[in-house]
Amino acid sequence: MTMGEPIVPRIGVFVCHCGINIGGIVDVPSVVEYAEKLPGVVYAEDNLYSCSSDGLNKLKEGIKQHNLNRVVVASCTPRTHESLFQDACEEAGLNKYLFEMANIRDQCSWVHMHEPEAATEKAKGLVRMAVAKARLLEPQEEPEIDINPTSLVIGGGISGLTSALSLSEQGFKVHLVEKQPELGGMLLQLEKLFPSDRDSMELLRPRIDSARSNPNIELHTTSKVKSVKGFIGNFDVEIESQEGDVKKLNVGTIIVATGAENLEPVGLYGYGEDERVITQLQLEKMFKDGSLEGVRTVVMIQCVGSRNEERPYCSRVCCNEAVKNALLLLKESGTRREVYILYRDLQTYGTHYSSMEWDAKKQGVKLIKYQAERPPEVISERDAVIVNVYSPLLDEEMSLRSDLVVLSTPLIPTEDAKELSQLLKVPLNSDGFFMEAHVKLRPIDFATDGIYLCGTAHSPKDVSESISQALGVASRAAIPMARGRLRTAAITAEVDESKCSGCGTCIELCPYNAITKDEREIARITSAVCKGCGVCGASCPERAITMHHFTDEQLGAEGLAALGRVDD
Amino acid sequence: MKSVLVIGGGIAGIQASLDLADRGIKVHLVEKTPSIGGVMAQLDKTFPTLDCSMCILAPKMIECFRHPNITLHTLSEVSKVTGSAGDFYVNILEKARYVDASKCTGCGLCSEKCPVRLPSEFQAGMGTRKAIYMPFPQAVPLVACIDSEHCLYFQKGVCRVCEKLCPAVAIDYEQQPREVEVNVSSIIAATGFETYNPQEIGEYGYGRYKNVLTALEFERLICASGPTGGKLERPSDAKISHRIAFVQCVGSRDHRVGVPYCSSICCMYATKEAVLIKEHDPESAVTVFYIDLKVFGQGFQDFVERARDDWGVRYIRGRPGEIREHPFTKDLTIWYENTDTGKVSKTEVDLVVLCTAMVPRPENKELADVLGVELDEYGFLKAQDPLSNPIETNIPGIYVCGCCHGPRDIPESITEASGAVAKAAELIVKVADGGEG
Repeated sequence: MTMGEPIVPRIGVFVCHCGINIGGIVDVPSVVEYAEKLPGVVYAEDNLYSCSSDGLNKLKEGIKQHNLNRVVVASCTPRTHESLFQDACEEAGLNKYLFEMANIRDQCSWVHMHEPEAATEKAKGLVRMAVAKARLLEPQEEPEIDINPTSLVIGGGISGLTSALSLSEQGFKVHLVEKQPELGGMLLQLEKLFPSDRDSMELLRPRIDSARSNPNIELHTTSKVKSVKGFIGNFDVEIESQEGDVKKLNVGTIIVATGAENLEPVGLYGYGEDERVITQLQLEKMFKDGSLEGVRTVVMIQCVGSRNEERPYCSRVCCNEAVKNALLLLKESGTRREVYILYRDLQTYGTHYSSMEWDAKKQGVKLIKYQAERPPEVISERDAVIVNVYSPLLDEEMSLRSDLVVLSTPLIPTEDAKELSQLLKVPLNSDGFFMEAHVKLRPIDFATDGIYLCGTAHSPKDVSESISQALGVASRAAIPMARGRLRTAAITAEVDESKCSGCGTCIELCPYNAITKDEREIARITSAVCKGCGVCGASCPERAITMHHFTDEQLGAEGLAALGRVDD
Repeated sequence: MKSVLVIGGGIAGIQASLDLADRGIKVHLVEKTPSIGGVMAQLDKTFPTLDCSMCILAPKMIECFRHPNITLHTLSEVSKVTGSAGDFYVNILEKARYVDASKCTGCGLCSEKCPVRLPSEFQAGMGTRKAIYMPFPQAVPLVACIDSEHCLYFQKGVCRVCEKLCPAVAIDYEQQPREVEVNVSSIIAATGFETYNPQEIGEYGYGRYKNVLTALEFERLICASGPTGGKLERPSDAKISHRIAFVQCVGSRDHRVGVPYCSSICCMYATKEAVLIKEHDPESAVTVFYIDLKVFGQGFQDFVERARDDWGVRYIRGRPGEIREHPFTKDLTIWYENTDTGKVSKTEVDLVVLCTAMVPRPENKELADVLGVELDEYGFLKAQDPLSNPIETNIPGIYVCGCCHGPRDIPESITEASGAVAKAAELIVKVADGGEG
């Protein structure tokens, strides 16, 4: 860091039109003109798209030509574009922390699209703030860390097995933790797998055998993760067996593949009261046991406990499971069977499930739509279960006498998902499933570096999709492990030891467990763990904590600029 | 260490390339069109979060361009493949751009002055481009190319305006196509899909009625970077459309025309487009005609509920029987049976959007021949075993990801792309250990 010697800021401002996304509302040339006059600014220009390769070249040329030592880009959101501009700065020889961004798209042209003049004024204000902060920016060093090329896979179902096997094939060591005594997960309970009508064990057996015999995979069955400390490349994990033995592991990456559970629909449609009312999972078991003899008429009810107020999500697999089991019921019986599926919207998506749907229709499976506001009614009689359902298509109340009623219930988060999410400090979504970093572009990463997600722990999905995700995380987790070393962000907190009173407030509040007390009772921050959230800095009663890149001085200058003050 | 070949520069191919490159494996990324980006680059927003599509895609495109481990081959095709897993020899045919990529700065002056105006592929035919053009402003690489089939110089020997104007002296009419051979360990096919042309469904009038659009055309119409700047000016008279209907399953789930399968994404993108209309003008009347609402993905049901309850989008269960155009106003009347009530009704709208099926690319046949991989009954590339092995093909060392092997959404395509990289990396380790290859 260059402390002491005063640096005269030479700031360049690049204002982006974003085509007409910004330029159609905000008067970009007038923002450029305004920026040119701000103290410290020596150069300003506008770009059609600052993020295009042409725009980035202009930025780099600008840095060289005008000898810039600070750069401000006024464009879109740093969430998607900051690193791009920072990299361009680095390529032009400027430390990437000497860059600042003003979001004049989301915060100006988008939200004030009907007030172009006010939007332009606000854009000037945001540029003024960014420039004020940029004047005080300092270069930062990014520490490099080593990555232990070992992965922890939590969950020994089809997802966890697939990830573990792929990682080991890629040359990494894997610890596979499974809470049950047996590997295999949910698939152990299923009979045939759609869409290809294959026995689930045919899929599982070779994978379980490979995992058992693979020298790169260490199995820990009947075990659970007890504690997790550390950060990408260097996680210290404790796992505890059922007997209470605790093992300590060090791993570089962690994969969550803990799966889901099936909802037990107690109290719905007579489940639990009449043993002829069962779930699809129980039907799978009856297939396995061969105990379906004498069953002539089967009625399946979809969306039992899902797509409602309590559980608003669609469980994705149940329609396809129902169609598959309906086909199996027809195929299995030598005699004639009647199978009805009462559904709301049939979720037979993609080429394979669609062809299964057509097949079911051809084979005579009866698909009856019901309306959510008029669900079917199940009445137990001595020699039959009566299902009454209103068909809007026929505008008719139908009464079906059945031997078996099969409820299609959703996959729900596992009981211990919450506990694990707290151990790993990764979020769950509102349905209680683990939540990825970005629903579109980072579907299998967590926002926390070095932790990844696959299978039904993320959301309901079928076997094939779980396998794809499991292979996907085997690539994502391998990236840092293959590289061996990683640069971490420099935006971290630092304690001024002369001011710290050792009160421990920051330790209590840190959401990442990054702060401990040293032998002098003074707070110490592990910078590789620190995410730079700023909670400690904001709460320190002695003002002993500085946030790099967000110092009090920098934020103060930004705030004053927001109020219109531009000091030289 | 050997490289990996990625065919297709859409979001799946981009993700595969970046995953490979980030872990230190060299990549040859082959893209048929002048720019990477694929269909995702054409979308306005993405469901269900309404992220601006280009805004989240562009940084990845640029990353591909700048990554030292990635070699981009645009306007290129794979012409020949020999060898086997771990040791493929691939011929890449790079077509002539007629512009020197090392000199072109992407300033756009040539396009501005070119006298030939043609329908723009990027704008799904809703806008125009010139005979010398960059497909879109964020194109990667940002290098112009000449469409020699329409260029006046190539066709009639006249003009050469671009050559005179180019400040970088980058125009090169003599440029020749070039064939390069690369040696790769494995091949990832990520060639994507195209959308069904609904012209054969005569009762919907696509191609005859100007105000009947496909969803991809509508995507350009509502996009701020589209031909109308995001204003919903309908094609017949540039009147702003306030009454808009979406028709689901156009060419999907149909045995008579199109394809029998559900295209997986249409219910959600229609809902997205419906919400975008409401964001533009909350007073608009937006109707979605559907058969089954496919809400099977994470957050989808919630998204439909928000569209219906918070934004007032009307969902009607039923496949419209016919659309008729008023001869003077060009307004459209939709005849339909509401299968929730059994009633036959009609409704008048300004604009109809047909949510067309995702279908395989016709050139899959050629690619399958070159690679030796099988196609499925519809013409998609075929995974060896869709259940247990959704990424490997019948040829060891050749993998598939994204919509080239069936309809799927963006996160699924991205996930599979990473999955294909895991398989490619396994193979590299295996060969290095002296396993096979």
